[in-house]
Amino acid sequence: MSILKIDGVSKRYANHTALNNVSFVIPTGCIFGLLGPNGAGKTSLIRIITQITGADTGEILFKGNRLKPDHIREMGYLPEERGLYKKMKVGEQLLYLAQLKGLTKADATERIKGWIDRLEIRDWVGKNIEDLSKGMQQKVQFIATVLHEPALIILDEPFSGFDPINANLIKDEILRLRERGASIIFSTHRMESVEELCDNIALINRAQKVLDGSVKEIKEAYKTDTFQVIGNGKLMILNPDFQVLEQHENHGVFRASIKLLNGTQPNDLLRYLIERVEVHSFIELVPSINDIFIRKVKETHHA
Amino acid sequence: MHKIWLIIQREYLTRVRKKSFIIMTFLTPLLLAAFMVVPAWLATVSDSSDVVMVLDESGLFADKLETKKDLQFIPIQGDLESAKELYRETGNTALLYIPKMDINDPQGFKVYSKKNTNIQTKARLENMLEKEIENQRFIASGIDREQLNKMKANISITTVNLSDEGERDNNAWVTSGAGIVAAVIIYFFIFMYGVQIMRGVIEEKTNRIVEVIISSVKPFQLMMGKIVGIAAVGLTQFLLWVVLSMVVVTGVQAAFGIKPAPTPAEQMMSGRVAGEDLTEEEQAVEDNKTKAVMGTALSALSNLNIPLILGCFLFYFLGGYLLYGSLFGAVGAAVDNETDTQQFMFPITIPLVISFILSYSVVLQNPDGPVAFWLSVIPLTSPIIMMVRVPFGVPAWELLVSMGALILGFIFTTWIAARIYRVGILMYGKKVSYRELSKWLFYRV
Repeated sequence: MSILKIDGVSKRYANHTALNNVSFVIPTGCIFGLLGPNGAGKTSLIRIITQITGADTGEILFKGNRLKPDHIREMGYLPEERGLYKKMKVGEQLLYLAQLKGLTKADATERIKGWIDRLEIRDWVGKNIEDLSKGMQQKVQFIATVLHEPALIILDEPFSGFDPINANLIKDEILRLRERGASIIFSTHRMESVEELCDNIALINRAQKVLDGSVKEIKEAYKTDTFQVIGNGKLMILNPDFQVLEQHENHGVFRASIKLLNGTQPNDLLRYLIERVEVHSFIELVPSINDIFIRKVKETHHA
Repeated sequence: MHKIWLIIQREYLTRVRKKSFIIMTFLTPLLLAAFMVVPAWLATVSDSSDVVMVLDESGLFADKLETKKDLQFIPIQGDLESAKELYRETGNTALLYIPKMDINDPQGFKVYSKKNTNIQTKARLENMLEKEIENQRFIASGIDREQLNKMKANISITTVNLSDEGERDNNAWVTSGAGIVAAVIIYFFIFMYGVQIMRGVIEEKTNRIVEVIISSVKPFQLMMGKIVGIAAVGLTQFLLWVVLSMVVVTGVQAAFGIKPAPTPAEQMMSGRVAGEDLTEEEQAVEDNKTKAVMGTALSALSNLNIPLILGCFLFYFLGGYLLYGSLFGAVGAAVDNETDTQQFMFPITIPLVISFILSYSVVLQNPDGPVAFWLSVIPLTSPIIMMVRVPFGVPAWELLVSMGALILGFIFTTWIAARIYRVGILMYGKKVSYRELSKWLFYRV
């Protein structure tokens, strides 16, 4: 079951193409990373999903139905450019935005109370937004995004502007929301920040999708069977099954990157090493999403 | 519909609760009261003000210059130099020097003063001296002043409209006054609150809140909510002004028993120049004349079709506001900050300003002429021009054509504005040209 199915979506502006035939699926109940450098087309895609603009061609299915205006109340969108009415009080602002999403006044008031306590902003409810620190404003905006308990939450660069403590607070809230069944789209150009959170990702570059799938599978597919070994002793590898990519030695401590060839297993390498040196550390070198992205982008450019 | 209502509420409440709104709303009637009361108060206070010393070497005037309430004469003797010396020592207003002269060739009057003599005092003195010389000449040629006064005539013409509907008094002053007042109110309302719409849109744009809002409501709803909400703010302020002004004015009158200073209009009607001294008979004649004019003015006022004028006022007030308001909103959406608005504000304000200027010069002189007709049909100018014409009586078909055109006009400008708005509010960091704007009209969003 997918919360969102994007099928062949294209969007052209006067003198550039923002999205070129992009398709992928976002499974229900997952945290989905929409990754790519600045200007890749992420925000354009989000604006099409949130129906701020329309696609030129292609189709988007929300819970299996063609996207229609009613779906808006099942989505929560935190734009990259944060904004609130500066001269409005925190409580009133939340109430207003919640009501625009279709909540009744009583309902909205009830939920606002809950969130205010959980994010520790009770003292700020009666203050104008302009009197709040930036991080505090971000919290308010986050609450506004999720207050109506949307099935799909779209967060554009959610952690920019947060200090580490508040970033963790928000991270926990996001995980809690997923547990309660919400699907979450993360859009960011800082790929390392979401690797640990995302279940699935799609990489977008220059208006085109270059890669999508579950993080686990992608990493599996892009792993290079390379291991980093640190230890004491003189390392001399003469076995044709093991290729040394890199090796340093310093005061009797060596550090080496070794690639397995011909279908050998990690344990084979370990066994080989134990007989010769003292092993302190043995780690698989898994490519980061960032590495994969760069590789993928290079491939598409050469192609 | 529910969402537009929420937006209207927010726009209305945040503005009405602003300090600037509250201050403006309460200060304006107070200022109005001050305008009324202060001149009247000053007039009662200035009793003791002017004391003029008179050195009359001719001997013709000294005992003839009557001391008035606020102008006192002290005759002195001696030569000019000692008089000047004497004047310097006192705190008197001025020294009037009248040399020896021939009554048929009065020359050489001088006024010495420490400060600049104000023009009003000078005019009064001249006036009194002239009158006295005239009197002396009348006596010299054997004419009785009393007789002369009886021979003086004073008339004022009452103009009457002879139309198909029969006779009715037509006081051009009252008629054009009613129109101009309505037009001025509409003009300022459009400007003041149109700019507020523009500012509101720019604020939402620079605050970047627009993306959040637009993901829950349609841009058109947001724009219309803002326009209607601000209109409600304007109407509230306007009503409060009317009510508070009445309260304050009656309150002040009751509290101080002060008769308001005559308005310039009243002075204009009586033909009286401020500071001119009138004899009692003249005063009586002037009073009668004023009463007569006021009488015709009142009857002209009651002859105006008040319900029609009020109805038209409301219609053109709202119609003009909606027409221009959406354009102001579009300007706000097209720019990033207020300093960039100039180039787009210009074409919007031009028709407003032109119709305001023409309403005085062309339309009032010839309210049924071709210029007046066309300007009152074109939607951009009709809210002001038609309002000036309505009190003079406008054929029903012209009124209907004008109203129809205004309705079509604001539907059209709202359409244009909505198209510019939906593209503009999400466009940042780009200076927009007119060509670009015209492209936006046909963007598929």
